[in-house]
Amino acid sequence: MTIALRDIAERPGAALVRRINLAVVVFLVFYLAVGLLQPNYLEPAGAMNFLRRAAPLAILAAGQLFVLVSGGFDLSVGSLVTLTVIGGSMLTANDPSNTWWAIAALYAIGLAVGLINGAVVAYLRTPSIIATLGMLLAINGVAMTWSGGSPRGYLPDNFRMFGRFVFHDVPFTRIFPLAIVVLAVVAVLAWWGLHGTVFGRRVFAVGDNARAAQLAGVRVDFVRIGVFAISALAAVTAGIMLGGFGGVSVDVGAGLELQAIAACVVGGVQLMGGRGAVVGAIAGALTMTALFTLLTLLGWPQPLKETAQGLILIIAVAFGAWRRRRTG
Amino acid sequence: MSSAAESLPARSQRRSVNAPLLLLVGSVALYIGVALATGQSMMLHVEGIVGLLQRMVGLGIVAVGQTFAILAGSIDLSVANMISVAAVLASFIMQGRPDMMLPAVAAVLAVSAVVGVVNGALISRLQVNPLIATLGVGLVLQGLLSASFTNFAGSVPPEFQAFAYGALGPAPYSVIGLFVLALAASLLLRATKFGAHLYAVGGNAEGARLAGIRTDLVTIGAHVLCSLCAGLTGLYLASRLRSGAPWVGRDGVYDLESIAVVVIGGTLLAGGRGGVWGTLAGVLLFAVLDASFNMLGVSAYSKLVLRGAIVIAAVAAYTFRSRDLVA
Repeated sequence: MTIALRDIAERPGAALVRRINLAVVVFLVFYLAVGLLQPNYLEPAGAMNFLRRAAPLAILAAGQLFVLVSGGFDLSVGSLVTLTVIGGSMLTANDPSNTWWAIAALYAIGLAVGLINGAVVAYLRTPSIIATLGMLLAINGVAMTWSGGSPRGYLPDNFRMFGRFVFHDVPFTRIFPLAIVVLAVVAVLAWWGLHGTVFGRRVFAVGDNARAAQLAGVRVDFVRIGVFAISALAAVTAGIMLGGFGGVSVDVGAGLELQAIAACVVGGVQLMGGRGAVVGAIAGALTMTALFTLLTLLGWPQPLKETAQGLILIIAVAFGAWRRRRTG
Repeated sequence: MSSAAESLPARSQRRSVNAPLLLLVGSVALYIGVALATGQSMMLHVEGIVGLLQRMVGLGIVAVGQTFAILAGSIDLSVANMISVAAVLASFIMQGRPDMMLPAVAAVLAVSAVVGVVNGALISRLQVNPLIATLGVGLVLQGLLSASFTNFAGSVPPEFQAFAYGALGPAPYSVIGLFVLALAASLLLRATKFGAHLYAVGGNAEGARLAGIRTDLVTIGAHVLCSLCAGLTGLYLASRLRSGAPWVGRDGVYDLESIAVVVIGGTLLAGGRGGVWGTLAGVLLFAVLDASFNMLGVSAYSKLVLRGAIVIAAVAAYTFRSRDLVA
């Protein structure tokens, strides 16, 4: 009660400032720095290209967000991205007419992975870190076995278009990548799912206090299975887009699970559940991409990007913890 | 986390006592069974068994350290990167010269201790989630290391290779070292004030704090021990590979595997319950699985799939009867 009263008594300006997601501000600062170093990025076409490159990570972060808000972790998404790219090249076998059913099959595989993750956590009571870690190892093994260890060939052009295709001669921005459309659709779906449905409320309730949610009649098991399925479907989507970016390789997805979690953390999502927003997760993903771009422009060697990623992770979480301690 | 202790104290205590023994018996039975079934009885002779035990050393040392971190209710994801740093630092300082062995070992242990203090301080003082704190520190270490070294750096002198290749009769120094380390760790947990405080902090940090325990110092201590063990693993790998490269830790997946064997060994991921011997039994299971896959001629990729399934199954064997809600 006292907390609520204090909130009301607060100056209205402060409340407004707190409503704006901090990650959005951080992203704008980073992006401005990128723009100062390379003015192309400040032009509409440059911004469009930036968004295109950030799209897969933003989609992964939007999926991971559901799992994080429910209090879990999904470490298997990076390997699922790899499996999607390799599986895509194996299923289509260079024939564009195979693309559509191949994509359907990949989503089916992803859904199965998500359901298994969720069921292992919900029914076998295995902590999700361990469950999805085991899944990561298993999926990597499947991807390697499927491709014989050395994936070859290319994805057909109509498979690659989701990551690669760009509308030309668009007014104002001149170019408009299809990837941004995919990102926008995913973002709206995620926003609606988490902030606009009963399911979304239950995800927050389970993440905040699973026991209390259960006593209030929430089927915790269904919520858990749902969030892992959403995360896995997001991973397949990101994989399809990344397949359009580059070639087929066994390490397309390596490390993406940590980047997605990092993006959410930068976006103000609270680990162990109960707090987070889609705007934050996507802003976090854009911030990470802007940071990597900035370091490339500054000519930092590739490995130091990891160092920067580590520092920004620690700072983001330490800042979040400090703010929570201060506001109670 | 606390409801686990409330709902099923008796049963989980009984299980955690039996877990190491059960794992030990199961692993030994599996090993003997596979060796007999594939007709490779030489694997049951002294050399075969010594080879099996030697498989345990690298993962075993770091897993003993990880046990401290997890018992304290924390976790350490930076160990794999710490191992790479230690291996490269050791061989870079030694440059094949026996007289540089002591300074190199001292430098590695000092760096490990500092990394442990940083991990512990981030977690206990700045209240950073342990997963993120240690993941971040690991990324920082790996980035700095890979930016400075791109390949095998320096080499270790033959005298230092004795650590991995020397033996006392049939027993390699490294295996003896692992068991001495485990014994020391077990004594530290069972017979010292620090050990008691560690269990208290892992079981209920707030309760421990109210009881007057300096929980921050305990967390820092656990992380220092964990990082020191990772440093030792790095030294062992440098000795075995005769040099250190910036990818040795990550290639071994020591971060995730050390956590997996600790949990398989019956230590609660939430902290406060478990022990070193269970961890060692978990390491033995992994070594037996490796050896069995080799004897059965399982392909490298199928091994990955099986390993993933076994990690989940082994942990689920502890957890599936619990009525606790986990995330």
